Amino acid sequence: MVSAPVISVRDLGLTFPAKKGAEPIVVLRSISLEIAAGEFVCIVGPSGCGKTTLLNIITGFLKQSAGEVLVQGAPVKGPDPRRIFVFQDNGVFPWLTVEQNIEFGIARRPSAERREIVHRYVQLVGLTGFEKAYPRELSGGMRQRVEIARALAPNPEIIYMDEPFGALDFITRLKMRADLTRIWQEEKKTILFVTHDIEESVQLADRVVILSSRPGSVRKQVRIDLPRPRDLDSPEYLDLRDEILHTIGMSLGVGAGEEESAGLSLERPNRTVAQSS
Amino acid sequence: MKKSILLPLAVLLAVYFLWDLAVLLSQSDIFPRPYQVFLAIVELIQHGLLLKYVVASLFRVSVGFTLAVLIGVPLGLLLGWFRSAFLAFNPLIQLLRPISPIAWIPLAILWFKVDDRAPIFLIFLSSLFPITVTAIAAVQNIQPVYVRAAQNFGVSRIDLFRRVIFPACLPQIITSLRISLGIAWLVVVAAEMIAVDSGLGYLIIDARNAGKRYDLVVAGMLIIGLIGLILDLLVRSLERFEEVKWGYSQTR
Repeated sequence: MVSAPVISVRDLGLTFPAKKGAEPIVVLRSISLEIAAGEFVCIVGPSGCGKTTLLNIITGFLKQSAGEVLVQGAPVKGPDPRRIFVFQDNGVFPWLTVEQNIEFGIARRPSAERREIVHRYVQLVGLTGFEKAYPRELSGGMRQRVEIARALAPNPEIIYMDEPFGALDFITRLKMRADLTRIWQEEKKTILFVTHDIEESVQLADRVVILSSRPGSVRKQVRIDLPRPRDLDSPEYLDLRDEILHTIGMSLGVGAGEEESAGLSLERPNRTVAQSS
Repeated sequence: MKKSILLPLAVLLAVYFLWDLAVLLSQSDIFPRPYQVFLAIVELIQHGLLLKYVVASLFRVSVGFTLAVLIGVPLGLLLGWFRSAFLAFNPLIQLLRPISPIAWIPLAILWFKVDDRAPIFLIFLSSLFPITVTAIAAVQNIQPVYVRAAQNFGVSRIDLFRRVIFPACLPQIITSLRISLGIAWLVVVAAEMIAVDSGLGYLIIDARNAGKRYDLVVAGMLIIGLIGLILDLLVRSLERFEEVKWGYSQTR
């Protein structure tokens, strides 16, 4: 992309100081990353690699120990309504109805405008008819839709998502991905999406950023230039998926992915399998 | 008829007859038979005392309890949120909390004489601590995701309290209101036995002291139980509001 990046991470590091007699813990090391306006970027990596930590630094919930993060041209000082975070453990307020939740971030606007926005996003996320329902009356997938609508309502420029579909069942997850793609195409937001699910990243993203295991650093970036909606059986899709799998260090052979593989057998996963059998 | 009505009714009837039988067998001429208690209640109504004493007791409880809610809830929310305020005040609260409100009676009489203010003060104390302590714990155990989600949208600190922290703590606060109103109702009876000359507690102690009227004593006890039950049902009905239902078990 030619335009100036919306998010720019430069040589970012996070180290926890050493406790007595122990080494300092390096969580993230020299991460550099640029994300363009309107881009959909997924961060994947083995569990414990620091992907959520990285997101928390970019969003300003956590402070880095080295490097800098510029969002929309300025260092991040803290949460900002122009960028909204969608959580895995559902952050929808259980004491508010669906529509009250969606208008939480736009309470200061005139009521006619609020009604219009709520109406629009209720439709967009497919919750028409549930405006007056309380979250406890909804399924997990529907609650996550409420959260997405609430995030979109103040018209932020960036949406951060931390494994937003992680707690949902497989079928619901597939449907949510399709819907998120459609919403992203309509709304043209910049989305930074953290997941441990490689399939999910290939289905959603323009670009997948693969982190190595601790200390987390960018191992590889893979551009996903497939047309949407994506054909999950196409050879191109499967190739990209396998490329990411291999980069993370997992082979498709049963059992081979179970071992502490990340960082050990990266370049030639096939040979590792051959040796171990 | 439904089981939930039939079964308790059977138990009450059994208690009625056992009580009556026990008094008859013991040939006590001082302990009342059930029908004598009902006659005593009728007597209280005829003399206008029942209404007067019930109103006196309820007035003290409402004033003391309301004051405790008005002070305890905001105090608890603030102490729960601001760590250093909590550190500063928590030891004092924990020290005062185990002191029975009854133990305050001498001081209450010293400060307020035999006056409505003494029992009101005792009820205030008895409700203040459970409400404050529950509100503190509710804020400290609030799901962090709610606070973070709200901060996302750039809400002010006042809005954070009003729109997130308070509603998130409300179910637990209502539970503490239920518990503390129950305590307040216990305490008013005790306080009225000593610190004033009206109310249901006074009725009981006066009936005993003035003429060994145990029919009036038991009548007073029954009325206290009945009103306590009604108060609990009233506060419990708060739990049915949609805004707080999420905080309670879904099976109710």
